[in-house]
Parts: sequence; C-alpha cells; structure tokens
Amino acid sequence: MADPLVAIRGVRKSFGTTLVLDGVDLDVPKGEVVVIIGPSGSGKTTLLRCINALETYDEGSIAVDGVEVGFREGPQASRKRRSDRELSKIRADIGMVFQLFNLFPHLTAAENVMLGLTKVLGLPRPEAREKALHWLGRVGLSHKVDSLPGQMSGGQQQRVGIARAVAMDPKVLLLDEITSALDPELVGEVLSVVRGLANDGMTMIVVTHEMTFARDVGSRLVFMDHGRKVAEGPPGEILRNSGNERLRTFLSRIEFKQD
Amino acid sequence: MSGAYTFVVTTFPFLWQGLMITLAVSGAVVVISLVTGSLAGIGLAYGPWWIRLPLRIFSDVLRGTPLLVVIFTIYYLLPFAGLNLQPMPSVVLALVAFKTAHVGEITRGALQSIAPGQTDAAKAIGLTFAQRMTTVILPLATRRFLPPWINSVTDTVKGSALVSLVGIVDLMLAAQQVIGRTYEPMPVYLLTAGIYFVINYSLSLASRRLEARYAYIRE
Repeated sequence: MADPLVAIRGVRKSFGTTLVLDGVDLDVPKGEVVVIIGPSGSGKTTLLRCINALETYDEGSIAVDGVEVGFREGPQASRKRRSDRELSKIRADIGMVFQLFNLFPHLTAAENVMLGLTKVLGLPRPEAREKALHWLGRVGLSHKVDSLPGQMSGGQQQRVGIARAVAMDPKVLLLDEITSALDPELVGEVLSVVRGLANDGMTMIVVTHEMTFARDVGSRLVFMDHGRKVAEGPPGEILRNSGNERLRTFLSRIEFKQD
Repeated sequence: MSGAYTFVVTTFPFLWQGLMITLAVSGAVVVISLVTGSLAGIGLAYGPWWIRLPLRIFSDVLRGTPLLVVIFTIYYLLPFAGLNLQPMPSVVLALVAFKTAHVGEITRGALQSIAPGQTDAAKAIGLTFAQRMTTVILPLATRRFLPPWINSVTDTVKGSALVSLVGIVDLMLAAQQVIGRTYEPMPVYLLTAGIYFVINYSLSLASRRLEARYAYIRE
C-alpha cells in the first residue's frame, strides 16, 4: 500500500482523568471511505475532531498527506503545538461536516460556502460565488442559494454544510454523525449526497449510526469501543459480527435493517 | 402654563453649557470605553491566563467599587503617584476605567454566548483567529452585545453627573448653580431630570431600531 492519505498512530487523549482515546492506529488511503461505528463514548467523534485539530491529542501522531496535524515536526518529547496560523492552513485541506450543521446563521447559503473560498483560498467574489452555486446545485439547493439557514429545513441546512466543506476542495472529508439531528424523512436526501461524493472518489472518514449507509458506502468499517479500535474490515464482514464479543453486543443493540 | 414656559426659556440657556459638558464627557467615555472594553472582553474570553488574570482583577475591582469612589480615588490619589491631571481628564479617566470593566464583561458574555459549533465550523474551513472574529463571531455577538451595552451607555450619561462633585460644571452642577440663584429647586431639578430623560430615551429608541436590524438572524 502506498503512503496512506491519513495515518493515525498510537493516538491517546484524556479529558481530565478520563481516557477517551487509548492508542488508536488507523490508515486511510486516498479514495477510501472509512466508516467508524461504536457506542457513544467510544471516542469516535473525538478521534474525528483530532484529525483536523479541533481537539488536541496527548500522544501519538496524526498525519494528513504527510503533515503532522497537531504538532510541529520534531522529536516526540519536545514537540510543540502548532500555532493558529499553521492550524488554519492545515484545516483548509480537511473538510468537516457537523452533527448540528453549524451553518453561520447570519450568512445566506451561498455566503456560507463562499466564506472559506474568499477568505482562505483568496478567490475573487464572482468566482467564489460561481463555485458556491455549482456546489449548492450539486447538493440540490439551486433554489435556496440566497436563503438564510433559519429559512431552511434541517436536511437542506446539512446539505449546505456539505457544500461548504466540499467547495474547499479538501483532501479528506470528515463527517461527524451528520444525520443524527435530522428528522428520519430528511436523512435520505443527505445520505444520497454523500453517496455521490463517494462515487466521485472523495476520501472520507465517517462517524455514523446509520448501519445500512455504513455498509453501502463504506470501503472499510472500524468498530471502536472504550477509545480503542476493536475490529476493522470490509463492511459485510464486520456487520456479520466476526466473532468479537463487544462488536456482537453493539450490533445486537442497534436497529439494523437487513434489506 | 405661561409661567412654566417663561421659566424654561429663562433657565435653559444657563443649563445649556452644562448640558454640552455632560454630552461631551459621556460621548468621550462611551467611545473610548467601547474600544477598550471590547478589547478587554476579547482578552477575557480568549486570552491566555497572563492576559485574563490581570483583566479579571481589574474588572472585578472596578465593578465592585461605586463609581463615586473610583472618581475620587483617581482625582485625589493620582497626584501622589506624581500624576497631576486637570479635573476633566481625571474624571474622564475614572469613567473610562469604570466603563471599560463593564463593557468588557458585556463583550465577554456576548462572545461566550455564541455556540461553540460556530467556532468549530469557522476553524474547519481554515479561518484564522482574526478572520473567525471579524466574519463570524463578532457579527453574531453584536446582536447579544447591543441591548446591555445601550443600557450601559445610558448609565454612563447618568453617571457623568458625578463629575459635578470635582467641580466640573456639567448639567448637574449648572442646575445647582441656577438653584443657588433662584432658590427654586423643584422646577429646576424637574427640568434637569427631563433633559437627562430625553437623552436616554432617545438612546433607547435608537437601540430598538438597531436591534430590529439584527432580528433576521435565527440560530
């Protein structure tokens, strides 16, 4: 295997005395969709937030396209956290979509997408707007480009959230339970957008509770529990619960449509 | 009624100059403390501990002290520190220090009321701290900042009456001087109160219009 796009090695993190990540290793090659499942509190969201340095990690290493995310290069013992400016540069290459959408409520759909394009990538406004309209069209929101988030449904807001992340042309896209806050009938429209991105070859790391979706788009499934990666493999294999006790318990507890 | 009218017309010119001083002092304090207070608030909300700690002490001490005490302290104590300020700069300094503490807390509160997800999202698209502030956090926080800040502005106008106690002839002291000559305290105080009210009520009206401009944001 060539150098993975995202390489996670021995990442440990505690919140106070609670160990939330207990030595996680994970490789994500370019073009793969890795889906992380696991009970709440297993550390999956924290791991995701560490990948674009929204959370710091105490030990180990996370490299995206060869660049260490949280620390300046250097020996482990003396390494320094990156500055705000360095982090901003790294984050511009990593897209993230949030459970609660986190759209900027004072900006229209188009302006939400344009903000990073103009301020971070330095595109002139007309070009940024064109790009924003292109991506809003891709997620089926051409009729909503000048609406404020407050005037949109949850599913529409989340699709703007996806457009905002993807328009930046990220190397990898992080999806953090992006359908958990949606009404059931709005989940489909968001997931179909993600399916489209997967078909385009977008590298994604997805935290989700939608097992059907995990099986359909995931090239690989990772099961986490208590801050550790417990099982990893092709979706079909993992969901047929490959003999791991904790995985079996987890899968028996969640609703899983076998269609 | 004509008696009251004559009274206002003959008294008002004597109050005019005081009114100008009151407006000048209040205006200067409001503008300066808006700048210093906003910076203090950003420091309190996001600064490292060595910025937060002194700001916290400054803010708690000044907010825990009556304005009158702050004015007298600066007016009478600064000369001992070798700083001989005229009464005017001295009281403006006192009022600015006092208001900086208050505006700082209003700013801090407004900033911290913005959902953390907004900062996450702004970071995730690669905005730097300054860009996050100017494009996302401050525009959102302004809406939370305005109502308590306008309150504090009206407080400044009222609090400026205390400058009369170090001999500056503002609206309050002008009124007392008129009373000293006419021996008619009630009508003069009523007129003075009316003037203060008109200033502050206009501010409240302006504030309502400003707030309405931000009402389109739904979070």
